[in-house]
Formats: sequence, structure tokens, C-alpha cells
Amino acid sequence: MASPLKCDLCDNPATVHLTQIVNHKVHKVDLCESCAQAKGVTDPSGFSLADLLLKASLNPEPTAPAGLRCEHCGYAPDDFKKSGRFGCPQCYETFTDLLEPMLDNMHKGTAHTGKIPERALQRKQLHDRLHELESELQSAIKAERYEDAAKFRDEIVQVRQEAGLSTAS
Amino acid sequence: MPLDIDKLLSTPAELTDNSTAKCPVVLMTRIRLARNLSTHCFPGRADDGERKEIFNRCREAIMATSSMKRGMSVAVDELAPLQRQVLVERHLISRELSAAKSGAGAAINKDQSVSVMINEEDHLRIQVLRNGFQLKRTWTAINALDTALESSLDYAFSPRLGYVTACPTNLGTGMRASAMMHLPALVIAGQMEKVVRAVNQLGMVVRGLFGEGSDASGSMFQISNQTTLGESEPDIVKRLHNVLQSIVDHELNARAKLLETDPAKLPDKIGRAYGILKHGHVISSSEAMNLLSLVRLGVDLGYLPDEYRTVVDRLFIEAQPGHILHRADKPKLESDERDRLRADLLRSEFANFPTPGYPTAGNN
Repeated sequence: MASPLKCDLCDNPATVHLTQIVNHKVHKVDLCESCAQAKGVTDPSGFSLADLLLKASLNPEPTAPAGLRCEHCGYAPDDFKKSGRFGCPQCYETFTDLLEPMLDNMHKGTAHTGKIPERALQRKQLHDRLHELESELQSAIKAERYEDAAKFRDEIVQVRQEAGLSTAS
Repeated sequence: MPLDIDKLLSTPAELTDNSTAKCPVVLMTRIRLARNLSTHCFPGRADDGERKEIFNRCREAIMATSSMKRGMSVAVDELAPLQRQVLVERHLISRELSAAKSGAGAAINKDQSVSVMINEEDHLRIQVLRNGFQLKRTWTAINALDTALESSLDYAFSPRLGYVTACPTNLGTGMRASAMMHLPALVIAGQMEKVVRAVNQLGMVVRGLFGEGSDASGSMFQISNQTTLGESEPDIVKRLHNVLQSIVDHELNARAKLLETDPAKLPDKIGRAYGILKHGHVISSSEAMNLLSLVRLGVDLGYLPDEYRTVVDRLFIEAQPGHILHRADKPKLESDERDRLRADLLRSEFANFPTPGYPTAGNN
């Protein structure tokens, strides 16, 4: 006889079994009664199956280089495994190898196709332009093209103003 | 303006007083967006000082938007436990936020259709809710608020992963759109399992209690999108709208079929529910949900005038435990005392209800 299923979150026997089909993929979560209760499975407003699936998908040890930590917040892969949450936006770059295999199971696609914060984009464009102008300014000074240099400097002041940055460089 | 619970409860609200969006089957539409500041740790990782800084910065930006005109804001630790419970029961804050550490709070607009939680799981959980089935309007409203906030806050955003969130399950749009549906006929006809399976196959989630008959759930089910990455917001809204519309049709068909095959069954259930609500003296929270659910069905079937649907929807909220305690001005009561006060409230409200007219009575 097959041995009884174990809870995905602890080792107790599982008595609550959830099945969900997303994009033709079947996802199964088995929980013991206390984990089901703690996760709010019995509460109509409170629980996220995606969250449970995430925890369950982490059960095999995540493969990340030993000692890897997020430079900004100090999070390690173990912290993610424990909480199912990252520590800061930077973690997404640090732990990209850990994240990639999960995304495919979790979402409809792996690339964002929705709304873009226009202001952030605009700010990025201004920063890129600033970078470009600064390097052109350096080249102009090197080549002793002082008229061009003055033009670039004026433009830098203007772009810095647009980006809301201090104009003193 | 700081949050004053009594003032909040005495002001007409979208969910309890708005009768312009009367809708059978769908009680409420809700969309939330998860957003974070690019420069800070997520709330779960941030220390107290950072959380307070995030709270102040976000609160200032939120209160400056036009959606928050004459709105209120509050830090969770300034609220008594019962006040938090009242806000949870009104869907204005989550259970997680009500249990959050310092530096967490919410901003709520005048008619309680907009609530922005600060330092819940993400720095911002923006929520707009509307009475009835209004997905597109809700999206338009929340999209405008989100754009207004973005003009003063630097969101964490990745061109490939979209809005960056504490939990990878919210990546991309950060959007969860949902509807609270009232499906008594599908429950009575034993068809909910089939509906759940079909909805799951379409990448949507059904949450609710699947007891026997309509026990303990009031036949209420929340249906929402499961995935947030790889599909645009308007596409998610459109897909969800189509799924919900098809469930509405199934529920209406199930009602018609029940009336046809067993004409006395629904009027009997509805009449009994009406009787208990009008004359009962001890009513538990789950019993109240089930009885009100049947009376709402009675309104949908034309046994009671349409305007009573709004009263029933208000009572769904006001009959919950936190609201009963708040009304009695007691932080704690034994449950039998609470059940008695709940029955008092329901009796006094139902004293103003007309007697239901059952179209088929006596004609069979």
C-alpha cells in the first residue's frame, strides 16, 4: 500500500489536498490540517494558492552558490526558502538563477507585457541621455572642441533640471 | 486627516449604501495592485526606522492624490484591536495588515471605495472596490490612482519582470482582480465543483467554503486571476470578465431550473429565512450569512422590491462579529450575547421589510 502523503510544509500526514490547473499544468498541494488552517485555506478571503505552490516548489533544495547574499539587504537563499519572500528589489537580480525555474510554473508567461510606469521610463531616458552627454563633453574637451563642449555643458544643465537633479556637477 | 472609525461608519459607503450598482449574483468587484519603492527593502526585511520612513513618504504621496480628497489615514498601532477588525470586515485592510508591526497603516477615501495599505507585504497595496459587477470601471479608477502615485514615488520596476514585489507570485502587473459572487442556486444544485474545475482550467482561482448545501458560507465565492506575469492588465480584466459573466449566466440558469423542477423549494427556503430574520432572537454569524443569502436571492427573484438588495448587502457587513461589538460599544462579549445582539439588529431592520410576494403561491 502506498504510504500516506506528507504535508508540503511540514512532515505531518496530509489531510487537505488542493489541485489547481493553470495553463493546462496540474499543480498539487498536500497539507496537514494545522498548516491548512494556518495558511487560511478554510478562509474564503485570505489564502493564496500561488503562495502555497511557491513554497511547495521550493521543497527540493534551491540550487544557489554557497554564501550568495544580496548586496543590498543581506538576504540569503535560505531566507527566501523560509519565507517565500525576497528582501528587496535588488534580490531579483542576485537570485535570478533561483527565480527563473519557478516563474514558468507560477505564471502565464515569463516576461511582463503590462503597464509601464511612464515616469520611471522617462527618468531612465534622461539618465541615459545625461550619461551620453557627459561622455561627449569629455571627448570634446579632449579634442579641444570648446564650442561643442559649451553646447554639451548647457544641455547637461538642462537635462539635469528635467530629471530633477542638482545642476551643480 | 486622522482616521475616525465612528465618522467612517456613519458616512455613506460604496459597499453599504450605493444603490446605483444593483446587481444580482455579483456583490462586489475589487482590484488591488502591489507596488514597491525601488530604493528600500521590502516591509518584511526593513527595520523599524526604514518602515517609518516608507510609511511617511507613501502616506504623504497618497493623501495628495485626488482620490483621497477628504480621505483619512491611520497607522495600525494607533487602532484598537476591535477597530482593526471592523476595517477588516469592511474589506478596507487585510488581516495581515491588522497584525502588522509598527510603521504600517492605511489611507481610506471618503466613501471607502479606495484603500491603500502601506507596509503590508509590499510597500503599497492599492485597492479599489465597487459595488456590483464593474471590473472595467474599477480598473480605470485604480489605473488612474496608480499613475498619480507614480508621479511622486519611484516604483521598483524591471522591464522584463514588471512591477517588482516581495513575493514572486505577484510579479508583473502586481494585479489581483476579483469579484465576490453570490451563487446559491449553483450550491443548492450541487454544481459548484464543476464550476471550480472549469474556472481553474482557465487560470482563475475560486475561494470560498464548500460546505454541504449553503452551510456556513452564505454561498459567497471570491473569484480572481491566479497569474500576474505574462499578460497585460486589460487582458486579465477582459478574461476575468468573460469568466465571471459565464458564471453569472450559469447561476441564473440554475435558478430558473430549480424554480421549474421544484417550484416550492426556493420560495420555501426564502420564506423560512425571512421568518427567522424577522422573528429570531439568537442568530450566529454564519447563520446570519446563510439567511441573508436566501433573502438576497428572494430580491433577485422579485419576491421583494429591488431596493432591499442594498439593505441586505449592508447587513452582510454589519452582522459580522466586529461590527456587532462596535455597535454595542463593547470590546468583548460572550458569543451568545453577541448572537442575541445580532438577532436584535436583524429583527429591527426586518421590521421595515415588506412581506415577500411569491408569484407562484396558490397557483399550482
